[in-house]
Amino acid sequence: MVQNYETRYECHHHDVLVVGAGGAGLRAAIEASAQGLSVGLVCKSLLGKAHTVMAEGGVAAAMANVDGEDGWQTHFKDTMHGGKFLNNWRMAQIHAQESPDRIRELERWGAVFDRTESGKILQRPFGGHTYRRLCHVGDHTGLELIRTLQDKGVHSGMDVYMEATITHLLMDNGRIAGAFGYWRESGRFIVFSAKTVILATGGIGKAYSVTSNSWEYTADGHAAAYRVGAELIDMEFVQFHPTGMVWPNGVKGLLITEAVRGEGGQLTNSEGERFMKNVDPKRMELSTRDIVAKAIYREVKEGRGSPHGGVFLDISHRGAEFIKKKLPGMYRQLLEFADVDITKGPMEVGPTTHYTMGGLRVEADSAQTTVPGLFACGEVAAGMHGANRLGGNSLSDLLVFGRRAGIGAADYIRQNPGVPVIRDEDVDAAARELITPFEQENGENPYELHRELQTMMQAKVGIVRQEADLQSALTDLQGLAERARRVSVQGSRQFNTAWHLAIDLGSMILASQAVAHCALQRQESRGGHTRLDHEGYNDYWARHNSTVRQENGDMRIGVSELPQMPEELAKLFEEAV
Amino acid sequence: MTPESELTTSESTQPIATFLVFRGSAEEPQGFQEFKVPVEEGMVVLDAVHYIQQHFAPDLAVRWNCKAAKCGSCSAEVNGKPSLMCKTRMDALPLDEPVRVSPLKAFPLTRDLVTDVSWNYEQNKRITPFTPKDENTDAWNVRQEDVDRVQEFRRCIECFLCQDVCHVVRDHDQKDAFVGPRFLVRLASLEMHPMDAADRIPFIKEEAGSGLCNITKCCTEVCPEHIHITDNAIIPLKERVVDRYYDPVLWFLRKLRGKA
Ligand SMILES: Cc1cc2nc3c(=O)[nH]c(=O)nc-3n(C[C@H](O)[C@H](O)[C@H](O)COP(=O)(O)OP(=O)(O)OC[C@H]3O[C@@H](n4cnc5c(N)ncnc54)[C@H](O)[C@@H]3O)c2cc1C
Ligand code: SF4
Ligand code: SF4
Ligand code: FES
Repeated sequence: MVQNYETRYECHHHDVLVVGAGGAGLRAAIEASAQGLSVGLVCKSLLGKAHTVMAEGGVAAAMANVDGEDGWQTHFKDTMHGGKFLNNWRMAQIHAQESPDRIRELERWGAVFDRTESGKILQRPFGGHTYRRLCHVGDHTGLELIRTLQDKGVHSGMDVYMEATITHLLMDNGRIAGAFGYWRESGRFIVFSAKTVILATGGIGKAYSVTSNSWEYTADGHAAAYRVGAELIDMEFVQFHPTGMVWPNGVKGLLITEAVRGEGGQLTNSEGERFMKNVDPKRMELSTRDIVAKAIYREVKEGRGSPHGGVFLDISHRGAEFIKKKLPGMYRQLLEFADVDITKGPMEVGPTTHYTMGGLRVEADSAQTTVPGLFACGEVAAGMHGANRLGGNSLSDLLVFGRRAGIGAADYIRQNPGVPVIRDEDVDAAARELITPFEQENGENPYELHRELQTMMQAKVGIVRQEADLQSALTDLQGLAERARRVSVQGSRQFNTAWHLAIDLGSMILASQAVAHCALQRQESRGGHTRLDHEGYNDYWARHNSTVRQENGDMRIGVSELPQMPEELAKLFEEAV
Repeated sequence: MTPESELTTSESTQPIATFLVFRGSAEEPQGFQEFKVPVEEGMVVLDAVHYIQQHFAPDLAVRWNCKAAKCGSCSAEVNGKPSLMCKTRMDALPLDEPVRVSPLKAFPLTRDLVTDVSWNYEQNKRITPFTPKDENTDAWNVRQEDVDRVQEFRRCIECFLCQDVCHVVRDHDQKDAFVGPRFLVRLASLEMHPMDAADRIPFIKEEAGSGLCNITKCCTEVCPEHIHITDNAIIPLKERVVDRYYDPVLWFLRKLRGKA
């Protein structure tokens, strides 16, 4: 039966619609294609430009190429320790077990990693990893990963819709039925009907002003899924990476890879002291990110910062030749953007918003969300990293759970035959909503609203939090949400960046509300969530994840009990690390 | 605060740059629009474009992602030179004259600073992908020195600046007969991969159009990743084509030794 909307909108039909073409989305799309399904892959930017391309330091996998003692059990333990045991143990286990295979597979697809003397894939140390574990290509590992997947993907038979933005998920009686969105170039609307949708839209970092994330990280996947009833968890856990650039202004927040510390970089304050010895004398600079970020925050706060409000990071003792070979991107980035030659002296660094540990609740084995037929993988999914992610564990997460989402979607289709039906009124409502900013006159400027949101989140829901700030943030967010409904944009719908931002704002504000609510609820400090008024761990919160879902139009915050780790895994932690 | 008052208050301390930014699409009127932008220390052209979006022209179309010269999205022509806007420092430009920002010329205009680069994605699709010699081995044993060159090519961020500057793509519009420097680099990265089994030499000659390149090296000059496009990729590919078609004995010997 031809639906009425099909005569009015551009329509595409697929078994699997993958939203997002970073590492997770591409890997999922490749898998679903390999399962013989018709796959559509949608992304906001050009293909190959997703966040994954920016990843620098490496991808974690216990290959034991450099340190023979490494194995999945140690990787699993490190991940749980790093996540302060709030991780979904099953995800951490699958991840640790399957990462090495995903790396070898990538190599067979054409990736070219740096090599050891004996010709194996070289691995470097990183914070929180017991052994040298990060497979890498200089300091542009993400580029290698995404290009390999992109080249594999375009020959796998999928249809790629690039520079298209999904704004709404469409449902049929509690089951996913497709998605609605628009072409950035023309502004025209598109309807995708699909038996399953895999979200791989990444994080929410653009809600903050000092961030390593690009314009794409506006929480679209979080918001769209929440609106059709999916559950979010752990939203209070936002990772502030310890080392972003602090100067010049235009590049404030830009990432300086942890590989600088992995390769021997040392952190000092204005008094020349290696202050990490006061916080984590054993691991020093290679402590976990939450700990290093907070230590830097304190040095600056207590007046021992660098001229531009950071601390110093120095790798120059490793010598110019080594630095240019192992960290070529960082060498050029600092030279070109800040006139700093890192082979000769220190750079200034400070914390920057980097990664979203929270996101959609998924089943560990299949990556299905709480909405039937809706899957999620990569940064938009939650559970894998608990309260704090270890460096290098994201790229491996994308590969492991991207593949699993593809398999999960195929299994779901096998078990749920039949094609879900999209309702005309849902499509029309989505279209009407998107058009509104053009019809309102003298409304708010989306850029101005975005700036206000970012400044507010950075100040009140940032690296350290307290009740009064969080309460006030929630009030601010309510105001911003109302004003966002009144934004107006001018001009045509063709590649209109103000319009795009006006649409994204709604998602960012919604995700920010979830972060602020969860941060207020969790009365303890753990990983990426620090409460000045509730320092230290709390037993109750050690056993609970925060949950967020929509009920009767309201945001409902709650808790759920942490899944119990089976005996044989729990035993691993009794042995000496 | 209106943009004007912002300008007057900052005027005493901050230098002001004049920008001429290309506006328009195939259907809309086209031309350069003038904007005044206060210049901060360390500022790049993309910062100025964002300032213009925020203060004067909210619907200005521009592509960018990483703002760190890593993704290759923000390609445009700055004072006529194909550049990454996020990497072009204001203090490297003569500010006593207007800074002209325009879209890549080699590709059809979408709107303002955005062009339709889909032709490039089509070229990539025509290339036989990586074909492993050995499907079954767990992990490969490959020496670093055998992949140094391939890694150089794989640093490409697909900014398409080399495509834009190459006169074969740009002026003569021989887009049907020539894949352009970017995809010769990609072909080289596959052909020189020690574990690849496919033969792309006939494709390189017949369809990629390696013979159309006359080694002007303009592509190498604009590559933000400093890939030696001409010396390390194109010239060796041309040599392989010559070996194959005009010196088959040499080719056969090479093939016996391993990679042709
Ligand atoms: C500078 C930097 C360095 C990093 N270094 C490392 C590292 O060394 N090691 C490591 O493990 N991790 C690293 N990370 C983290 C890691 O890169 C990211 O977490 C990971 O790449 C996220 O991948 P993804 O596939 O989930 O999302 P992304 O790669 O961000 O892709 C998201 C995709 O979703 C699309 N999308 C979003 N919204 C929509 C929408 N509404 N409609 C359609 N499409 C949409 C986007 O266009 C994009 O294609 C780094 C991150 C940054 C920012
Ligand atoms: S060297 Fe060849 S590919 Fe490069 S710009 Fe000149 S003609 Fe084009
Ligand atoms: S070869 Fe260089 S100039 Fe050409 S697309 Fe790649 S990075 Fe850009
Ligand atoms: S924005 Fe990524 S290269 Fe300029």
